[in-house]
Amino acid sequence: MNYGELFHVTLPETALDLAALLVLLVDLAFLRKAALQVRLSSAAVIGVIGCLAAMWAVGMQTSAGFSVDGLLVLANGGVTAVAQMGVLVLTAVTLLLLIDSSFTKHPGEFVAVVLMAASGGLVISAARDLLVIFIGLELLSIGLYILTAFGKTSAKSAEAALKYYLFGGMSAAFLLFGFSYFYGLTGSTNLYEIQSSIANSGSSPLLIVAWVLVVAGLGFKVAAVPFHLWAPDTYEGAPAPAAAFIASVSKIASFTLLLTFSFQWLQVSNEYLSGARPAVEHYIVSAYQSWQHLALVLLIAAVASMIVGNLAALAQTSVRRLLAYSAIAHAGYILLGIAIYSTYSGQSDVMSFWGNAFNAGVISQNAVLYYVLTYGLTTIGAFGVIGVVERTTGSDKLDAFLGLHKRNPVLAAVLLILFLSLAGIPPLVGFWAKFNLFAAVLAVGGGVWPFALVALAVAMSAVSLYYYLQVLKRAYVMPAVDDTPIHVHPVTMLVLMAIAAAVVLAGCLPSVLQGWIASF
Amino acid sequence: MIGTETNGIPMLTLLTALPIVGAVIALFAGRFARLVAMLAAAASLAVALVVWTHLPSDGSMGFVERAAWAPSLGIEYHLGADGLSALMLVLSAIVALMSIDAAHRVYRQPNLYFALVLLLEAGLFGAFTAQNFFHWFLFWELSLIPAFFLIKLWGGAKRGPTATQFFVYTMAGSVALLLAFLGVFLATGSMDFEHLTLLASTGELEQIVTAHLGPVMPWLAVGVLAGFAVKVPLMPFHTWLPEAYSEAPSPVTMLLTGTMSKMGVYGMLRIALPLFGVQIAAMRTPLLVLAVATVVMGAWAAAAQKDLKRVFAYSSVNHLGYCMLGIFALAVPATSAAMQTSQAAALNGVILQMFNHGITAAALFWFIALLQERSGGARGIDDFGGLRKPAPVFAGLMGIALFSSLGLPGLNGFVGEFLIFRGVFPLAWVAATVSVLGLLVTAAVILTVIQKVFAGPVPERWTAFADLHTGERLALAPVIALMLLIGLLPQLIVDGVNPTVVNLLAHWRF
Amino acid sequence: MLAWTIYLSFAGALVEALLPKGKPALARAVALVVALAGLVIAICGFAGGAGQGRVVLVDTPWVPAMGIHYTLAADGISRVLVLLTGLAAVAGVLFSWNIELRTNEFFAFFLALIGGVYGVFLSFDLFLLFVFYEIAIVPKYFLIAIWGSTRREYAAMKLALYSFAGSAMVLIGLLAAYAMAGSHSTGIVELGHAALPVSFQMWAFPLVFVGFAILAGMWPFHTWAPTGHVAAPTAASMLLAGVVMKLGAYGCLRVAMGLFPHGMDPWGFGFLGIGSWRDVFAVLAVIGIIYGALVALVQTDFKFVIGYSSVSHMGFVLLGLMTLNQIGVTGAVLQMFSHGVLAGLLFGIVGRIVYERTHTRQLAELETMHLSKRLPFAAWGFAIAGIASMGLPGFSGFVAELQVLVGSWKADPWWTAAAGVGIVIGVAYTWRALQKAFFSDAPSMAHTHEHGHELAAITWPEVTGFTLLAATSLLVGLWPRVLLDSIEPAVKALLAGGAQ
Repeated sequence: MNYGELFHVTLPETALDLAALLVLLVDLAFLRKAALQVRLSSAAVIGVIGCLAAMWAVGMQTSAGFSVDGLLVLANGGVTAVAQMGVLVLTAVTLLLLIDSSFTKHPGEFVAVVLMAASGGLVISAARDLLVIFIGLELLSIGLYILTAFGKTSAKSAEAALKYYLFGGMSAAFLLFGFSYFYGLTGSTNLYEIQSSIANSGSSPLLIVAWVLVVAGLGFKVAAVPFHLWAPDTYEGAPAPAAAFIASVSKIASFTLLLTFSFQWLQVSNEYLSGARPAVEHYIVSAYQSWQHLALVLLIAAVASMIVGNLAALAQTSVRRLLAYSAIAHAGYILLGIAIYSTYSGQSDVMSFWGNAFNAGVISQNAVLYYVLTYGLTTIGAFGVIGVVERTTGSDKLDAFLGLHKRNPVLAAVLLILFLSLAGIPPLVGFWAKFNLFAAVLAVGGGVWPFALVALAVAMSAVSLYYYLQVLKRAYVMPAVDDTPIHVHPVTMLVLMAIAAAVVLAGCLPSVLQGWIASF
Repeated sequence: MIGTETNGIPMLTLLTALPIVGAVIALFAGRFARLVAMLAAAASLAVALVVWTHLPSDGSMGFVERAAWAPSLGIEYHLGADGLSALMLVLSAIVALMSIDAAHRVYRQPNLYFALVLLLEAGLFGAFTAQNFFHWFLFWELSLIPAFFLIKLWGGAKRGPTATQFFVYTMAGSVALLLAFLGVFLATGSMDFEHLTLLASTGELEQIVTAHLGPVMPWLAVGVLAGFAVKVPLMPFHTWLPEAYSEAPSPVTMLLTGTMSKMGVYGMLRIALPLFGVQIAAMRTPLLVLAVATVVMGAWAAAAQKDLKRVFAYSSVNHLGYCMLGIFALAVPATSAAMQTSQAAALNGVILQMFNHGITAAALFWFIALLQERSGGARGIDDFGGLRKPAPVFAGLMGIALFSSLGLPGLNGFVGEFLIFRGVFPLAWVAATVSVLGLLVTAAVILTVIQKVFAGPVPERWTAFADLHTGERLALAPVIALMLLIGLLPQLIVDGVNPTVVNLLAHWRF
Repeated sequence: MLAWTIYLSFAGALVEALLPKGKPALARAVALVVALAGLVIAICGFAGGAGQGRVVLVDTPWVPAMGIHYTLAADGISRVLVLLTGLAAVAGVLFSWNIELRTNEFFAFFLALIGGVYGVFLSFDLFLLFVFYEIAIVPKYFLIAIWGSTRREYAAMKLALYSFAGSAMVLIGLLAAYAMAGSHSTGIVELGHAALPVSFQMWAFPLVFVGFAILAGMWPFHTWAPTGHVAAPTAASMLLAGVVMKLGAYGCLRVAMGLFPHGMDPWGFGFLGIGSWRDVFAVLAVIGIIYGALVALVQTDFKFVIGYSSVSHMGFVLLGLMTLNQIGVTGAVLQMFSHGVLAGLLFGIVGRIVYERTHTRQLAELETMHLSKRLPFAAWGFAIAGIASMGLPGFSGFVAELQVLVGSWKADPWWTAAAGVGIVIGVAYTWRALQKAFFSDAPSMAHTHEHGHELAAITWPEVTGFTLLAATSLLVGLWPRVLLDSIEPAVKALLAGGAQ
């Protein structure tokens, strides 16, 4: 146990936690008497600085990670780095959007919890051991439950938090149970060992059970069907910045975790590659074959999410709930990208098959990351706009958006860009993310199923345009009920415009972000 | 390359352009619209006469103008005039002039009225000089527009539905014609009348079409015939005519009966017979039946009418029936010199009948217009009586026109009908015999008209019936004189037409 | 240089969005300048490119990892359609001269739509084409939803969803083709050479074709068109019927037929004379021709007549495409141009000149207004436009329909006969509308509309817009070579390239 190494590897998390403590200190010690705005601003600024420091730390990582007994426990680089950067950027943005809010008298605590939850997200992205995963997950989740309940004057907030907590607790229990099965099957809590042990022994019904339990737990976090029931209420009840955080950062962390599970599964470490050829081939084949069963579970969740999410969103009158169901739908698309992997048909040479499959896997991994990051950014922006509208009109129903283009044209323009991006209209980033993802899925090849699933995804995406347009229709088309201009805090406006600009630019020049992701 | 008989001037383009220019000027000429129109029509007549008198003596195409237009579609700017075309040009010019002359009291928007008349004239010129299908079809269709609006805007009480029926009916026929011709174009890649006639005369056309499209030649023939059958009209496609002729203002009816109906017959002679001679010969019997029906029923229906305009509308159907009779009768392979002579006679007769009927019918409708003016709108056959007493000149001149329509020898109407029967009797004596009924009934109709309108006691109200005044006499005199002239000296026309007839028959294959 | 049509339009849209509110004159002026600039560039590009084959305008890598390039190129077909867009844009701006509500936003959406359309016609990378195709959907929605009339929100949503559904189908086909070809490149030329397996083409072709054909108004996916055209404000209808429907047809030609030519091969079994996807779509096209014409014949709303006539005319385009011979496909492209101009003309007259003044589109009410006397320009203008639309010779529609008829005869005589019937019905409904709206003799109603007196005089933008479009149709009708010289070689190359 090299603590120095551990410290090195967890520098980003440390930075965040230090920032959290600092926020608490400053807020509780020095700023008790200050105005709410000042307290919020200083807490947010400190938090952003903390995030920046953490980002720098992530960039500084050089080692492959932290290992215990030769087994990687916390990874660096690759997927981890991208996800961690994503988490940090989006946390910073969320904090910036916090400056304008008025739902709490305890900004210091709020920011501190945000930062600590973010550090939990960082841990999840890096973890390669079941127990470490669980720690990170709980760190994130408990923070999120607290954040959801922060709107003390709102009954909805309390109800949402309770629901979230109960659901979360149950799913954590499922997760642990599944983990315990893994441990029981393989005798190890390290992902690599689990994977190689299962690859050697082949799949078994018990494995399927374990996997289903794990998916239940993780599916809850990403709001996939049928583990999604918490999402609409939580999105509706939580304070806007909290909802933004839940919708973006926790998603990133959770999807990264799923990626780890799936992609790591199909990794072949160098040790094995150097071993005897027939053994390697046998290993590869059985790894892919055992994955097929596991992928099926994910696929079912993906398809269900796509369908339920889109269809339920059609009927919503509250914009927050609409976003919640759309989040479910997007989770479906992403799960599709995670689940699809090549299948070995027994025809070709194993090594070349593995080479191709590995490449295709990298491509879909990058596509998933791209999607999750950009989706997170867009969602934060969307919640930012909703927060502004809510503060002014007092409601998040569709009708609160009536005549927005008159009341604040820039805000309406931002809303237009963000929602169209979610719908997948070019040249915005949402379109590119979907295209990228679907192309990656099809690049995997393997018969008619990928085509059919992509066709379903595209069709459902077409359906989504309807409900996004409902909001835009209120904002642009239908006559306003109340004409008074809406004033937006300059920082908030700046942040929202920056998000919108990023959405447009990333959509027009997708290779920039894509290249960055691929470079890790 | 432009070849003309008169120092390289593109006479035919000039001829078609004259009325168009005149129309544009007339549109802005206000009160002088009629004057402008008369000048334009007179100028056109002059040019047409120049063309008529300078034709090649061997009956081939003269005043040929050719220029590339859209070669990939076989569309070429190809104009030419042989005896048939030139005669039709002269006819159109004369009738247009008559029509403008007759329209001395246009009560609304006269500038628009005369512009439309001139555009119609341009359409006629264009159609009669075109040697490429695209150009011909362009003017064939476009001439419908001014006709429609002339009926619609200045017509009688039922002008609305009449105009529409006229338009849609003719268009339907045109579409059939278009589709059929497109088939020919598809197979041969050519839209040129001369070229296609040449192919047809050796039998190659049918071979090419069959090779490309299968045995559709008879269907193409039917399509083409349908288009012309509506225009001429041939029974039973004539139902649009009586309404159109009676609802249109009389000067417009003059144009309709004098010239537009001739477009149909011209089309038969320029397109249907040359290209589809064999198919028409194969369908000769039913076609002859239709022609005879047209002749006889036309005359019979005329006899039953009470409105003078409708009498002569149906009478026009009858007279044009003779043309169709002649055309279908000569559609038979000539096995002897005598047959050839008969064919030539029939064809000469048809062309002459086209010209003469045009003049006569136009004149008759002019007279009816004059009657209507003086009677305050009444034009029933029973509305008048004994008019030769208060209006002897009127009666005299109209009488001449009526007798010409009857076919009295010495007047122009006789010559055409004589030649047609001269040709048809040897070729299709049954049809000819039955058609004589038409002659008899027509005679009865005309005589009845004369008797009821001009003879007998004068009713009280017509004692002050105004006779033709000087202006009208001067306007009508040339027309009547022409009828007499051609009646007495038909060779004035036949000499110009016969070489073309011989030439045409030489190229037609049955 | 042609690429500037795209950039200028989008720049114009941005400028319009930023213009201060309450200054409609400024907004109009900017819009007109931008549209004119686009037209001038289009004409220059058209003239300059005459005689050349495909000219590549821009080709830079966009997302190299996936082989996506930002490729703009123009062949004869593109140049003609870009020209059409320029004309429609200018005419559209002119016919929208009187819009007072949120003028700058109107023109912002308008120019954005035009920019997207230019983009589609000039794209030679499949992904880029798709991007522009989708970009065009959103402005359409807002144009109809905000400035439209009858049931505008419903119509706008229907249009948007139908378009999106169509483009979703295209996206699936696009992704599939990209994947099948090895995920190397999305260039249209490269994918065309990619020798995709026939079995794949057999389902990719109908999928992509139908996806595009929805926007082209193919029966039975056409129902968005009449509703949308009627609800849209005049300029939007002009663009919708005139240009946007051509996007669909262009996509059918360039993408579906260009990339999946073997999808049209015979199946090997026949059913009621239908033995391939080509037969299926030809039959649907013919049904569209006749159905559109028949329904137009019984409409009581003037704009609906024109809307259904658009469906009927687009049927001709699709029929021409399915003939798969030089003359038929050339005719289809020419019909795209011709109908684009004529639809603009018809909607301009009906929507702008008539409706704005009389505030009614019901033929029964118009009958009592004696418009031939009170609005002679509109009456005679519609007469000319109607004559052209009927396919009378002398105007562009005749040449186009002639070619389609010849081409379809080559392919199958029965289609031709049915199309001919469609033409006759076309005459009937056009003439009926002309009669009822302008030249009717029905007695005036005692309580005519608020404008029982003088109707507003014709304004110069209306005259200019009308003249521009009518003159174009006349020019092309009398001198078809001006366009055919560009279209024919391009069609030849496309048909030859596809027949691998």
